[in-house]
Amino acid sequence: MTTISQPDHATMPGVSTPAKSRDARRVRGLSDRTIAWLFVAPTIALLLAINIFPLIWMIRLSFTSLNLSMSYLPLRFVGLDNFRDILNDEDVWFRLQTTAQFVISSVALQVVVGFGLALLINRQFRGHSFWTTIILLPMMLSPAVVGNFWTLLLQPQIGPFNYLISLFTGVPPSSFSMTGQVSLAPWTIVLVDTWMWAPYVMLICLAGLRSIPDYIYEAAEVDRASAWRQFWSITLPMTVPFLMLAVLFRAIENFKMFDMVNLLTSGGPGSTTELVSISLKRAAFEKWRTGYSSALAIILFVTVFGAANIYVKTLNKVKQR
Amino acid sequence: MSGSVIAKSGVARWFRRGPWEAVAMSLIGGGIIMLVQPLSIDLYSYSFVTILAGTVGFVIVSHFPE
Repeated sequence: MTTISQPDHATMPGVSTPAKSRDARRVRGLSDRTIAWLFVAPTIALLLAINIFPLIWMIRLSFTSLNLSMSYLPLRFVGLDNFRDILNDEDVWFRLQTTAQFVISSVALQVVVGFGLALLINRQFRGHSFWTTIILLPMMLSPAVVGNFWTLLLQPQIGPFNYLISLFTGVPPSSFSMTGQVSLAPWTIVLVDTWMWAPYVMLICLAGLRSIPDYIYEAAEVDRASAWRQFWSITLPMTVPFLMLAVLFRAIENFKMFDMVNLLTSGGPGSTTELVSISLKRAAFEKWRTGYSSALAIILFVTVFGAANIYVKTLNKVKQR
Repeated sequence: MSGSVIAKSGVARWFRRGPWEAVAMSLIGGGIIMLVQPLSIDLYSYSFVTILAGTVGFVIVSHFPE
């Protein structure tokens, strides 16, 4: 008599019982999920240690009266007093206005220069790649380097910038100081920031210009639209989302600008170029008002975080185009 | 049952992401303008609360359905 045996599922390739797979997992030692967590854990630990922990610590300090020059005193909880002081302090209010003036002037100039450069670079001409690289160079430098070498360039006695100005205007080179005069210092930081970051705006605008399909221009040519008309009706409207992106990103970056301005003018002359980030540094490391400066840092953080939300929203809209 | 459907559609109609995100972004934008404007220190004093409300609101409403 012939007996028909049932096929053993466990021995068939690709078919396994739960008990068998459990055994296999035990043999391998670690599940895929555990291995994934092991790889990600150092990054998460580092992120927690250098980003999240200082933030939580700063939030805690912002509710205290800690002054590091008198750290022997016991830590006193003062509730929202630091926030109340800052939001009624006219000096901080003026510093925020100075920051806003700097942000508006430099972003406006960067958009105009960056968009102009993008229009030029978008045309194919001889040496096109070489000039693109040259234009992008300032953006690749560190702000500390830029601050230092512009300090040298702007020296009234030895710097070439004043000689260049005197060549065109006839004003003696040592008769004015770009970083030392109240009327010139704010424009100097705007000029240097524009020199450094207009190429970034140019890159974003270039991406916008290259995303416009050629057939739209061809249709405009057929309709005999002038170059000016094509610019106002096609180029500009289709680049506006990219311009918005550049404006938001540069505004956020300039709002927290510190290093370059600190090297160029240190907030001077007087407090003409004292941005809010420089006030924060002075409160924290010159006056040692740690609780107060932590509260100011929280205010700036929430402002930048809120603006970054709008930025991400705009970015997603641009991506969906 | 029909009552719960009506209630659900009412909730869905009110808690849509788009308009609430617009409100939250307006609060953030308005708060930033209040923070840096040179006209009134009272506006400056209430700017942080406005930005904070907008930012927290944005984080919450970004979890609403489309």
